[in-house]
Amino acid sequence: MPKLLEIEGLKTQFYTSAGTVKAVDGITYDVNAGETVAIVGESGCGKSVSAMSILRLIPDPPGKIVEGSINFQGQDLLQLTEDEMRDIRGKDIGMVFQEPMTSLNPVLTIGRQLTETLEEHLGIVGETAHARSIELLGLVGISEPDRRLVQYPHHLSGGMRQRVMIAMALACEPKLIIADEPTTALDVTIQAQILELMKELTRRLGVALIVITHNLGVVARYADRVNVMYAGKIIESGTAEDIYHNPRHPYTLALLKSVPRMDLPRQAKLDPVEGQPPDLTRLDDGCAFRPRCRFAVKKCEQKFPPLEKIKGPHVAACWEKEKVAKSARTIPTSKTKRMRKAS
Amino acid sequence: MSTARSKPAAKRKAATKSSNAAKRKAKASAARRPGATNQPKREPLVKVRNLKMHFPVTEGVFVPKVVAHVKAVDGVSFDIMKGETLGLVGESGCGKTTTGRCILQLEKVTEGDIIYDEVNLTTLDTKSMRPLRQRIQVIFQDPYSSLNPRMKIGEIISEPMMVHNTEPDQEARDKRVSELLTVCGLNPKFADRYPHEMSGGQRQRVGIARALSVKPEFIICDEAVSALDVSIQAQVINLLEDLRDEYNLTYLFIAHDLSVVRHLCHRVAVMYLGNMVELAECDELYDNPVHPYTQALLAAVPIPDPTVEGKRKHQIIKGEIPSPINPPSGCVFHPRCPIAVAECKKDVPEFREIRPGHWAACSQI
Repeated sequence: MPKLLEIEGLKTQFYTSAGTVKAVDGITYDVNAGETVAIVGESGCGKSVSAMSILRLIPDPPGKIVEGSINFQGQDLLQLTEDEMRDIRGKDIGMVFQEPMTSLNPVLTIGRQLTETLEEHLGIVGETAHARSIELLGLVGISEPDRRLVQYPHHLSGGMRQRVMIAMALACEPKLIIADEPTTALDVTIQAQILELMKELTRRLGVALIVITHNLGVVARYADRVNVMYAGKIIESGTAEDIYHNPRHPYTLALLKSVPRMDLPRQAKLDPVEGQPPDLTRLDDGCAFRPRCRFAVKKCEQKFPPLEKIKGPHVAACWEKEKVAKSARTIPTSKTKRMRKAS
Repeated sequence: MSTARSKPAAKRKAATKSSNAAKRKAKASAARRPGATNQPKREPLVKVRNLKMHFPVTEGVFVPKVVAHVKAVDGVSFDIMKGETLGLVGESGCGKTTTGRCILQLEKVTEGDIIYDEVNLTTLDTKSMRPLRQRIQVIFQDPYSSLNPRMKIGEIISEPMMVHNTEPDQEARDKRVSELLTVCGLNPKFADRYPHEMSGGQRQRVGIARALSVKPEFIICDEAVSALDVSIQAQVINLLEDLRDEYNLTYLFIAHDLSVVRHLCHRVAVMYLGNMVELAECDELYDNPVHPYTQALLAAVPIPDPTVEGKRKHQIIKGEIPSPINPPSGCVFHPRCPIAVAECKKDVPEFREIRPGHWAACSQI
């Protein structure tokens, strides 16, 4: 099966007064049609910038995509003209942003914002556009779509606005939707509603989804494959099972250990990653995680470890993978819970 | 009281950092064991009775007229025991932050009593409240907006000591600042820096150091770790835990992250639309939630394990949180409740003790 999206060696940098920020530093991954791929990482690891780079929405200056290729349905997005790119944004690739409060235009009605996309990309206007808008709002579970069309974003709650954003992203039947922290600003019960909606719609309509998040629980519930990013690089990638049950990078392991789990007996103590994330203007050739890493060896200083294959699609970038694998066995799982209960 | 609390500080200074950390760790794990010495006492420090906080909604520019009230908190009663960490959870707009602000007397309550160590705070004026403020401190959510950008970290931390005149001597104050920075895991040299030079996690540590500066006994943590990244969040949670065990602090831990609350708290209260719907011991609440809202809330939290998630049934409650200006009649949860019956529309359910120590407000259980 041909890949829907293939990103290779993508590098995006920002030129600031403090120096060159290597926000995305050579990442490679792909997305199959209809698949949900998660990009996980903490703030400043480059996960949002990598997504913005796909749509070429990096503000230039100060930012610039300096290297790499983004192959979408057989064409390199980085070679397209601005006009050609406009045709792809919102039509073939939809986008759902984090802040439903700020990503909708406050002076346009919901209806106008929906029909705008239809008009621009598909040339649908008037009655047909109106009917399609109603259909879309119904699709994302908004009640009384007729009435909502003439309302403004401030009339709607956060969850409703995010539903409208999803409706807009779906308007032109895209092949791929990029969702940047789609539920971070929402409450848990609303988050569950929105995630369920996105999962159901992407499965039903066969849309591929790149979901960017820092919430490991959200990833576990929805993603087929997971890319873990740290300091602008993908440091581990694999199926959700690989990443959660068999991590080979110390950062992935540390992330999993630092969240309290609700399904397991209470721990005495959390096991946090000590130290601070690195300054992206001062990265050297070595592994960026090494100052915070408990497995670090001399070699980590000299050379960044390549992403090496472990099994199937599972790859990790660490010199001490075996040690990490050994230590990963201490991650509590639902099995250990049962054992503890039995004893 | 103050001598007792300054003792560990002196001890810590003498000890090296690493051995101290190990000691703290041992102490913390001891505290988790049932029957350990610093378990919360059955003696209330704070008693909140029928607390109501209604904010007026006005219309008109020159002659504002009150047209409605936002019932942010609508009749909430609970106790916080000495040495206890009480979690207060709920979704945005449920009144959890307002409850915290009322205890701090940052809002003039509409109705009800807040009794702190035998003193009814609602009857006090600003001046007589001041000595109590030394004993009640707060850590805010946003480490970016809760620190004055024009003040150095040292000034930020020493300001409460100057206001309450606990350390009148400048030199002693400076010493205490570097002590507090060390306790909170920061380099004492940070005292000369400005907030913008620090990361979010470091700023939150400064907020904690500021709260500790006047040796309080009760700290309200209002979403204190919500804005932080996972790895940093775990660091701050551990710090809060260590401090609690070391200084015998009582926390009111306001948060929306249910897994963090479960990790940190002894008892947990769930709020919905200005009302308390359930209150129980932590493990009891998470293992046997009785209120349909608590059940929905717990089911909505995704668990970071794909195998567990794959097997879980996802019951998702429909609808959104109604407006607190015009809350539903009867039980406020009835429009979204899966087990609601006709009576729920009329009768306000009583917040009653359904099992020893387990309180809930639902007529159908």
